[in-house]
Amino acid sequence: MSTPTTHTDEFIKGLWRDNPVFIQVLGMCPALAVSNTAMNALTMGLATSFVLLMSGLSVSALARFIPREARIVCYICIIASFVTTVDYAIMAISLELHKSLGAFISLIVVNCLILGRSEAFASKNSMGRAAADALGMGVGFTAALLSIGMVREILGAGTLFNVELFPEGYQTWTVMVLPSGGFFAMAVWLLVVNAIKQRQETAARLKEEAS
Amino acid sequence: MKLSRTLQIASSPHVSSGASVDHIMYHVVLALLPVVGFAVYAFGLAAALVIFTATASCVATEHFLNRLNRRETPVSDWSVTITGILYGLTLPPALPLWMVVIGGVFGVGIGKYLFGGLAYNAFNPALVGRAFLQAAFPQAMTHWSEAFSPGRFTDLPSSTLTIPMAEPVYDAVTSATPLAVMKFQNATTGVPELAFGLTSGSVGETCAALILAGGAYLALRNMLNWRIPVSILATVAGLSFLMNLIAPGEYASPVFMLFSGGLMLGAVFMATDMVASPITNAGCWLYGLLIGALVVVIRYWGGMPEGVMYAILLANAVSPHIDRLIQPTVFGTRPENGEKKDEQEGTA
Repeated sequence: MSTPTTHTDEFIKGLWRDNPVFIQVLGMCPALAVSNTAMNALTMGLATSFVLLMSGLSVSALARFIPREARIVCYICIIASFVTTVDYAIMAISLELHKSLGAFISLIVVNCLILGRSEAFASKNSMGRAAADALGMGVGFTAALLSIGMVREILGAGTLFNVELFPEGYQTWTVMVLPSGGFFAMAVWLLVVNAIKQRQETAARLKEEAS
Repeated sequence: MKLSRTLQIASSPHVSSGASVDHIMYHVVLALLPVVGFAVYAFGLAAALVIFTATASCVATEHFLNRLNRRETPVSDWSVTITGILYGLTLPPALPLWMVVIGGVFGVGIGKYLFGGLAYNAFNPALVGRAFLQAAFPQAMTHWSEAFSPGRFTDLPSSTLTIPMAEPVYDAVTSATPLAVMKFQNATTGVPELAFGLTSGSVGETCAALILAGGAYLALRNMLNWRIPVSILATVAGLSFLMNLIAPGEYASPVFMLFSGGLMLGAVFMATDMVASPITNAGCWLYGLLIGALVVVIRYWGGMPEGVMYAILLANAVSPHIDRLIQPTVFGTRPENGEKKDEQEGTA
């Protein structure tokens, strides 16, 4: 990974170049399991972003005091406390939403994306950089989850954010709200992203050769 | 095979059997024609449209995807045509055509092309397409129209031409398949009706006699490994004979098991997919045994009346492992053990 200079660069790389779901393929469990509706995907994305940001800031601030040998334990403790906050917050806002997300909110603790960013980035960089990175990753993660969730909800239920999109008599695709639908939607998005990336790389190479 | 008159210099092998992909596939199409003919005779215009749409969507997908990636289109080798016909034969006659297209695009696009095209598809693409439809549209995929209904050559069922993405509305008389009747009402259907396709069911699965005739034709021409269907049918017959012996009222008889549902079509034309089945003869026996056992287990104890499709797809997933397990000895060498075997993979 090259080292970008400004905070904006740190933010932007999470959106596309190092997108956590489509490029790094991290945090697959929530991306596949709770992306069955757009609402679930959005909530999951925002919750993960919050935890990502707060734990990134804390890890970066405490990096000097965390012993190297016990760093994973410390990271998990930090992450877990923020996850608990999010868990209670969602429960307070909407019990229904909390039920539909089930255990996956608690499982944000073990989301390898958060641990990965803490270990690989936040512990080695300043708080400002860590925050920019965490925000970028969070937005990238949310966008990816939302793009999977929207496809699954539109095909699987004919709605988007619980708003009916089609006139009466729409044939729902049962498979898309089932777990296998997550894999199909994910695979098709990966295909699209990789195709675009490949095209960009080819174009860049041709440009280089020409100049 | 035509011999060129010019002098050819090439390394071995010098003797060719003349078999090529398009040659074999052409004969499979021939063997399927009677089945297709009977399907149209039994289910009328709707069946013809379903088979035609299925074939067209599969061929078009293959052609389009290859052109998209600037590859030579392999449509002329007939293999995708067979996928399309077989896929069409497994569908219920009154299925809306837009669903037929979606399954075809999915089966060939994801089941075959993404794996690398012909000879790389781990699963039978026709069944991948059907399995996707079964999971996506379970109601439409289990709506069986009556065979030999009077107006079948003049009228289309209202569901066939449903607007894309809309839910189909059915007007035609429905009738349960023999397996569904068995599962939910515990009543059996006579063997003559089953063997000669007088029952309802998927477009091309009803007439066991014609399917067996097609299979025999291919087996005689050595274009189909007869061990696979024989092993599947023997396993199903054996297991259901045993269960029927234990509790005759509860479990269907072996003859009923053999001739009902998609077992014949699956055993003869689907399981024998050259790419997705094991290479060695011993492997084929094992593969057939696995499919047969799975079919019996799903039909007797599963939630659905029919399980041939899932049995074959599961066995497809296992077949590379069967190939690893049963390695032939390379001609002129002694059987070796250890890592060397892995290096010889694919030489058989």
